[in-house]
Amino acid sequence: MALQGTCREIEDVAIVDFSGKITLGEGSSTLRRTVRDLINRGHRKILFDLGDVDYIDSSGIGEMVAAYTSVRSVQGELKLVRLTKRVHDILQITRLFTVFDVQTDEAGAIRSFRSIQQS
Amino acid sequence: MAAKTQRLEVTLETLLESVDLAENIIMRISEVAGFGEDDRHKIGMAVREGVVNAYNYGNQQDRRKKIFLTIEFDPEKMVVRVLDEGEGFEIEEVPDCLAEENLLRTSGRGLFLMRAFMDEFTVQRGRGGGAELVLVKKLPQNAARNGEFQVQ
Repeated sequence: MALQGTCREIEDVAIVDFSGKITLGEGSSTLRRTVRDLINRGHRKILFDLGDVDYIDSSGIGEMVAAYTSVRSVQGELKLVRLTKRVHDILQITRLFTVFDVQTDEAGAIRSFRSIQQS
Repeated sequence: MAAKTQRLEVTLETLLESVDLAENIIMRISEVAGFGEDDRHKIGMAVREGVVNAYNYGNQQDRRKKIFLTIEFDPEKMVVRVLDEGEGFEIEEVPDCLAEENLLRTSGRGLFLMRAFMDEFTVQRGRGGGAELVLVKKLPQNAARNGEFQVQ
């Protein structure tokens, strides 16, 4: 299934509910476009809900890292929540758990964002 | 049509669609060979990464070049080979994606995942000078040991 991302906002946090596969091609492009649009719209607190993403390949991982660095480059924060086992395992074996801030639930994730001035 | 097979060769076009095609082929064959769901996922992803490597880095997305996928069985293991028509590479020269200084790189994890998900993984020089990735998975205990089964 192609990746789909639905954006919503709670307080000043932009939450993207992703579903499908984050893989080379359309999936990676969707993720890249979503992050770019959020940053351009001034969002600096971004939360990816990956509860419906059960597949990510190395290109998808690369795109996630690119998203992380893009958000950081504008002094923002990108966090992840509700990882499926497969995505969790991939982030673990690639040591990206040490890079990403992975939260267990949405409410806690929203509270965890530090005070950032949205532009 | 059913056909007995111990060796399957598929020639893939250098297209993005070939990545999904190769993954679908190996997933189907792995199921018939008796691999469980978790192993099928790992094998499928490893082969996917192999074909991505051939598509992107080996053949440089050159549609005139081909990707050769070979799947062989012996009584103990399944051997998958992914051969491209590129320049080849030395695996020792590929940066370690787990090194602290490489964690934020946006590429370079495909080879690592292939090694992580298979029992054996090697890179050798193929015919014509391209890279040949060799991925080996031991057959599950309950699989047919005569190396023969049918792919519908």
